[in-house]
Amino acid sequence: MAKSPEAEHPLKAIGWATKDTSGVFSPFKFSRRATGEHDVQFKVLYCGVCHSDLHMAKNEWGLTQYPLVPGHEIVGEVTEVGSKVEKFKVGDKVGVGCMVGSCRQCDQCTNDLENYCSKMILTYSAVYIDGTITYGGYSNLMVADEHFVVLWPKNFPLDIGAPLLCAGITTYSPLRYFGLDKPGMSIGVVGLGGLGHVAVKFAKAFGTKVTVISTSINKKKEATEKLGADSFLVSRDPEEMKAATGTLDGIIDTVSAHHPILPLISLLKPHGKMVLVGAPEKPLELPAFPLLSGRKLVAGSGIGGMKETQEMIDFAAKHNILPDVEIIPIDYINTAMDRLGKSDVKYRFVIDIAKSLKLE
Amino acid sequence: MAKSQSPETEHPVKAFGWAARDTSAHFSPFNFSRRATGERDVQVKVLYCGVCHSDLHMAKNEWGFTQFPIVPGHEITGIVTEVGSKVEKFKVGDKVGVGCMVGSCRECDQCANDLENYCSKFILTYSSRYTDGTVTYGGYSDKIVADEHFVIRWPENLPLDAGAPLLCAGITTYSPLKYHGLDKPGLNIGVVGLGGLGHVAVKFAKAFGSKVTVISTSINKKKEATERLGADSFLVSRDQEAMQAAAGTLDGIIDTVSAAHPLLPLVNLLKPHSHLIMVGGGEKPLEVPMLPLIFGRKSISGSGIGGLKETQEMVDFAAKHNIFADVEVIPMDYINTAFERLEKSDVKYRFVIDVANSFKAE
Repeated sequence: MAKSPEAEHPLKAIGWATKDTSGVFSPFKFSRRATGEHDVQFKVLYCGVCHSDLHMAKNEWGLTQYPLVPGHEIVGEVTEVGSKVEKFKVGDKVGVGCMVGSCRQCDQCTNDLENYCSKMILTYSAVYIDGTITYGGYSNLMVADEHFVVLWPKNFPLDIGAPLLCAGITTYSPLRYFGLDKPGMSIGVVGLGGLGHVAVKFAKAFGTKVTVISTSINKKKEATEKLGADSFLVSRDPEEMKAATGTLDGIIDTVSAHHPILPLISLLKPHGKMVLVGAPEKPLELPAFPLLSGRKLVAGSGIGGMKETQEMIDFAAKHNILPDVEIIPIDYINTAMDRLGKSDVKYRFVIDIAKSLKLE
Repeated sequence: MAKSQSPETEHPVKAFGWAARDTSAHFSPFNFSRRATGERDVQVKVLYCGVCHSDLHMAKNEWGFTQFPIVPGHEITGIVTEVGSKVEKFKVGDKVGVGCMVGSCRECDQCANDLENYCSKFILTYSSRYTDGTVTYGGYSDKIVADEHFVIRWPENLPLDAGAPLLCAGITTYSPLKYHGLDKPGLNIGVVGLGGLGHVAVKFAKAFGSKVTVISTSINKKKEATERLGADSFLVSRDQEAMQAAAGTLDGIIDTVSAAHPLLPLVNLLKPHSHLIMVGGGEKPLEVPMLPLIFGRKSISGSGIGGLKETQEMVDFAAKHNIFADVEVIPMDYINTAFERLEKSDVKYRFVIDVANSFKAE
């Protein structure tokens, strides 16, 4: 019944996949569908390595379909467009992020919130409308519906910019939605990794004062001198945290490891909002009283819709906001994942697919 | 400096109430005193006082900040008996109310925006330190003196007994419905828990034109909720199938329950981008499932009473729409039995102490 990954579609493709929860990657032959009338086919040039790729490789969220070809910060050059495609032509530089499909009809979809559609299809490890598993950007070729393809701004670097397609939209969206983008506001960013460092850049571009909150003093110099954060708090230092009580209008918490949130809630002003974008798998403990006595709010947010993703990329290009990356060849991916597990990267690996992944 | 004078002597005006002296929360008569009516003060003869569940939490010192002896009561209605020389809003004979606060700094961002309840220096009606250093005593007493800013004008047609609980239960549920935009007609609002707060939340939500779903642990409350209070539907939170069928249908939920309870099933009832608002004051931390919040951009927030301007607005709205609490009026000396029953949720839905008639002989 089920055809092999190599045979299920007409176009040969190559990627690197992990086959089980060990999370170890190796070359993988598979195939891509023919370019449908609304599809855009593109040669992958670069793909960012998101921490979600690691969570999924080890099936930490229980959603993984093996073999898994992750990668949802994908940039490339269009090689073919379907007959009804209007927004793209061959040669265009494009990007694909975390989604490749949604129902296109529900309230969420009609309000440009495809990421909240109950039938949203992830770029990898999901079931596409044709019943096949989706494979992501750790591969040489992508085919996606034009609605889920982003036009890459001219003169905007593809390699360094790729992580915006997940880390960028994931932090841009809640800053906008929760009104934490007004000049002069005081915004906290918890965690200084792939998401955190991009959050700092967007928050600064919005004119806010940014406080980075981290478990370790080691990141202070980096945060304040390189990333432009206005201040830095060590979350394990009770005195520092106390002194900053009630000073923040909002907090973007990017940490996925289980961590105490009461100290963070205390940092909020009344009516302040904390938005969690890291995805801890165990429930967090939330004290009721501080929420009631300060009318504070804790929300979650995940990526953004396609319209907002395009808006975010255009904003980043206009304000020259780019992640800090380490470019790697595809065969470095296992070492990269080990280092990522120890937060040993400033701040995103980006795979140079074009140079390192070739179809034999 | 003289440490503490006794409650009876620290102020010039004799007062009488019922207090608990320790965490046994046993109430008995208590002689104390009220301050002289300052230039901005209003002195009120207490007619009725609602019994809020907070009064019980505080009498047992469950939140750790009770000052004993405690005279609770923050749903107070009465008649003005004296006004200070600079008082503008009230005159002798006016019907008034006093809720959960009697002071704030009046200068900070919160106070300047009519959000005195979020002022870091706000003073509770009972068991707090007033600006003169004395402990505040609440409405389980024959009289109260309060700054006019914290006194509410009582509308003519609103009953003083059944309306008294609006001063805490009312504002506590009205405020978040307004703040989160849950006061638009046609929305689907959930109310968790059908007690003092919950039943008033249902009434306000219906008055706003919402469809209301009451969520309760027990099927016993269904008839009450739908037939008497006008709720449009009823969910038993322990009925997994019913909860699953209602997944993603609610625009907002007001959760009035203070006991520890699982939040994940409630989060699942919300539509994307919607809020679960906690107004019950539980002391144990809640367990928040993060992935459902992230996948639906949902939130959990809290809300506590409301500012004075909004409290007045709420009372006027209630008068206009004939909204008041369902109460059981009791004499003061029933209070200990009332608390036992309150602990078992055995009241529909607020006890209100008929203070004036209880203290006539004193």
